[in-house]
Amino acid sequence: MSHAAVRRSARSPWPGLAAACAVVAALAYLPYAVSRGTQGELTNLFALVVLATMWNLLAGYGGMVSIGQQAYIGVGAYGLVYLANTGGVSPFLALPVAALACGVVALAVSYLVFRLAGGYFAIATWVVAEVLRLITTQIDAVGAGSGTSLRLAAFGDLTPGFRIAYVYWLGLGLAVLTVAGTYLLMRSRLGLGLTAIRDNAVAAGSVGVPVVRARRLVFVVAAVGCGLAGGLIACNTLRVQPDSVFSVNYTALMVFMVIIGGMGTIEGPIVGAVAFYLIQDRLQALDLWYLVILGVAAIAFTLLLPHGLWGLAGRFRLFPVGYRLALPAPAEPAPAAEPATSAPPQQRVTP
Amino acid sequence: MEWVNALVQGLLLGGLYALLACGLSLVFGVMRTVNIAHGDLAVFAAFLGLVVVERTGLHPAVSIVAVVPVMAAAGYALQRGLLGPALARGEIAPLLVTFGLAVVLQNVLQELFSADTQSLDSGGFATASLRLTDQLAVGWLPLVTFAVGVGAVAAVQLVLSRTRLGRAMRATSDDPEAAGLMGIDNRHVYGIATAIALATVGLAGVFLGMRTQFSPTLGPLVLIFAFEAVIIGGLGSLWGTLAGGIVLGVAQTIGAQVQPAYGVLAGHLVFLVVLGLRPQGLFPRTVTT
Repeated sequence: MSHAAVRRSARSPWPGLAAACAVVAALAYLPYAVSRGTQGELTNLFALVVLATMWNLLAGYGGMVSIGQQAYIGVGAYGLVYLANTGGVSPFLALPVAALACGVVALAVSYLVFRLAGGYFAIATWVVAEVLRLITTQIDAVGAGSGTSLRLAAFGDLTPGFRIAYVYWLGLGLAVLTVAGTYLLMRSRLGLGLTAIRDNAVAAGSVGVPVVRARRLVFVVAAVGCGLAGGLIACNTLRVQPDSVFSVNYTALMVFMVIIGGMGTIEGPIVGAVAFYLIQDRLQALDLWYLVILGVAAIAFTLLLPHGLWGLAGRFRLFPVGYRLALPAPAEPAPAAEPATSAPPQQRVTP
Repeated sequence: MEWVNALVQGLLLGGLYALLACGLSLVFGVMRTVNIAHGDLAVFAAFLGLVVVERTGLHPAVSIVAVVPVMAAAGYALQRGLLGPALARGEIAPLLVTFGLAVVLQNVLQELFSADTQSLDSGGFATASLRLTDQLAVGWLPLVTFAVGVGAVAAVQLVLSRTRLGRAMRATSDDPEAAGLMGIDNRHVYGIATAIALATVGLAGVFLGMRTQFSPTLGPLVLIFAFEAVIIGGLGSLWGTLAGGIVLGVAQTIGAQVQPAYGVLAGHLVFLVVLGLRPQGLFPRTVTT
């Protein structure tokens, strides 16, 4: 008598990983082949991938809709610029320090905002971001309301060409780090708990998932990720300004990329970021209408295509993190065949 | 004396915040969801008032008779067309849809009316004041706004607690399925609740436009103020929302009295302190809704 077995939702992660490695290797070679301007644009894409992946971790896996992630983009960017400008620290060293600071801030903030749930949690995170923005506009050491520039001397004696290439590689590394980190996190025991929390927090708690602790961890990790992206943006644009780095438009972009790419999968945010990157130039020619188009698209996707563009790929996963219930060979065909044809597993078990 | 003045002005400002917040409170009370486009809808209403005033030459206060019904109808359509289907898709979908709507509204307004600040000019009414003592005067407009805020809170509270419709809303809020079994059409009840909420938003938008300058990008701040009033006051209590609005208004005017740049920040900090020390709000559920 055989029993049902729980298996990974895909046979093997290796083909997907091999493909991902090939893409990363090709991207790593690019600074030798493309212009500085293109490298700058691609660095921005890497920042978008990091941001979208982090927002997906929050909402798609943790079930927390935050519209205040710009808080950590701002702290990461400002932290890096402050350390580099006044401390003379290399931006590449200042980046992890600033990102860790974001984690500490987020840990403290979580004790406040976790008192609220759902939409009120979302707005509370926004208030925190506003508070940090307003405080930043009062700090003269970082240029108050008008912001400040990252001193090029902080990069040491790197020539502009190398500086741009190094920042590009940094961005690529961060994108790989956050995607791989999320993948490993979601394949861990905690990841399974998070998936359960997203589907039903009360039920997850009742079977022993430490709901609050898991969510707090995700909140802090997402803040560190957004801080890294913020620092990267500062290295790329060489300028920070409160109304820009603390802008809710960053979060809007994160939300839209994740919804359009596909929430609750590792691949979706990457697809969303790349899709946005590809149509960016055409959209920006439309001035503010591009935000209108993105907003309408986000509403339409939420209502009509909730699994996003990546959902069109069906059950295929480059990065399988879910599980599937494999039933024993049927003795009588009728009842055993049913689980295979009923609700597709990704709605139930596969994140 | 200027501190007393700041206190009085803050109290009156609180009436406007309560007016802005009672729709948010109502929607949350009935549907257990938050409309993130709430602030942008209020700014939209202010622009609607502006268009009415410019087209007809009427006094802004009179534009209410056009703005409020339009907003109410828009609320019903919004609920049945967008928010209802989103609610059926779980907890996160309504937040995403209303966030998308907020971004759309804000940028459409900015494309149509530019990013310039506007105001609804209410003529002599805006500057007329009632002298209380030699050094203390309160403007008629803030006073009327406060009265309208209190009136709106009282009206919504009365509808919820005393009418058949309010009973249906409370029943749907408690248990949608059981309410459905009792013959209540939940979708219609949700539609009416959103219509009432947006009617108050329309009212609030016009008074906002008369009291302050507004621009398309003001929406998020309006949402945040309304939200802070709700949380400071305590979830599930409309009178608490009024008190929360007053606390927020006073915090802002006192903060601004210390240093003009600190006004909004002081309001946020009071909110965070309340959230940290008394997350159930100052006046939780004094009246059951």
